Amino acid sequence: MSDQLLVSTRKGLFSAHRTARGVWDLDSVSFLGDNVSLAMQDPRDGAWYAALDHGHFGAKLHRSKDRGATWEEIGVPAYPTPPEGHVEKDFLGREIPWRLMRFWCLTPGLASQPGLLWAGTLPGGLFWSEDSGATWTMVEALWNMPERRKWAGGGADVPGIHSVCVDPRDGNRVVVAVSSGGVWHTQDCGKTWTAHTKGMRADYAPPELVEAPESQDPHRMVQCPAAPDIWWIQHHNGIFRSTDDAMSWTEIKDVKPSVFGFPVVVHPKDPDTAWFVPAIKDERRIPAEGKVVVNRTRDGGRTFETLHRGLPQSWAYDLVYRHALDLDATGERLAFGSTTGSVWVSENAGEDWLTLAEHLPPVHAVLFV
Amino acid sequence: MSRVAFTTNLQRHVACPPCTVAGATVQESLEAAFALYPKLRGYVLDEHGALRFHMAVFVDGTPIADRRGLSDPVSAASEIYVMQALSGG
Repeated sequence: MSDQLLVSTRKGLFSAHRTARGVWDLDSVSFLGDNVSLAMQDPRDGAWYAALDHGHFGAKLHRSKDRGATWEEIGVPAYPTPPEGHVEKDFLGREIPWRLMRFWCLTPGLASQPGLLWAGTLPGGLFWSEDSGATWTMVEALWNMPERRKWAGGGADVPGIHSVCVDPRDGNRVVVAVSSGGVWHTQDCGKTWTAHTKGMRADYAPPELVEAPESQDPHRMVQCPAAPDIWWIQHHNGIFRSTDDAMSWTEIKDVKPSVFGFPVVVHPKDPDTAWFVPAIKDERRIPAEGKVVVNRTRDGGRTFETLHRGLPQSWAYDLVYRHALDLDATGERLAFGSTTGSVWVSENAGEDWLTLAEHLPPVHAVLFV
Repeated sequence: MSRVAFTTNLQRHVACPPCTVAGATVQESLEAAFALYPKLRGYVLDEHGALRFHMAVFVDGTPIADRRGLSDPVSAASEIYVMQALSGG
């Protein structure tokens, strides 16, 4: 049961904890005024990581070995130097810079891989570190793959890797999801890559490209730790589930109030239980009818419950980004944060929600630690 | 020896008081400054050694022309300012 939450926002990394009275309070902030993209806790040594996006000064990475009391700046990935005169453009003719723009996910390796970290970045980069983030190496096989040139901006102006899932059975098997560029597998720790998006559709693409792997825009992808053949994706076009280790996907339709959204989390022990935060697709990107709700399925997507107790049910326009919904290791405590600076916590799997904050900066990510 | 000064907004991240360095170009001068403040490099330049998009360098009041190679000449009496490229309000 986690009693502490980290909230990564446009203006700092905030910490909240559960008090003896059973309420959640903010207690401290790191990097106040700075844009914190996300945070990660390494379960192997307890270290915290915070990714910053300074804008003028670039993306940086900091690590804390004392739960946020002090931080040290560590290494950042470097993109390869492009060939002389090379100007890369995406398939729409827009320039893709070969330089680190932002961290979009940080994922630890397995317990058997101490010090190994994966980083997904904008634009479209995957890096790994074997020394807890001191130095980074690009996974060049993915970057150099011709199909990578077909990726396009989704959540940002350039494509980005936002989900990196390391197979709990075999750390050489890694699956990444790209906005916008599909789902890619490696079985050999990054040497070779193949796309597996069968079953997905991209209605926003020209008819000829609706089923193309590179057209798919998975907003967030998760794998059930206890049943690693079961995967969930909140896709731009809806909710998709895989029961064959992410080899093929089944669309789950007619979910009310909307199948659009960004985040998804799956119960750590029950692969049939997952949570989503729906929003009106897709040009508006606001909650349906101004009501903030969470959707939960407990039967693998056959049915959904729309949970709202304790959440604002009128004139609310909170959008929840892909990393801004988290679940603790028990599967009982959930938290999510919004673009309008609200954070809510549930201690009973989403049945009831407590308001933790209403006036924070825009929330990029939340994380139980 | 030219003088290099950095925007105060950088000081919050990396201590980098003004310094006096030797160098015939902006690149040489900045390298000398980075030798004093190693962490500063990644805040001013990208991974390819080019000036970050939202940064600006002025030599004696003139913005440098070569943002990629930093080959603009400097003299011993030059004042080099490393600033944010502010635009808008």
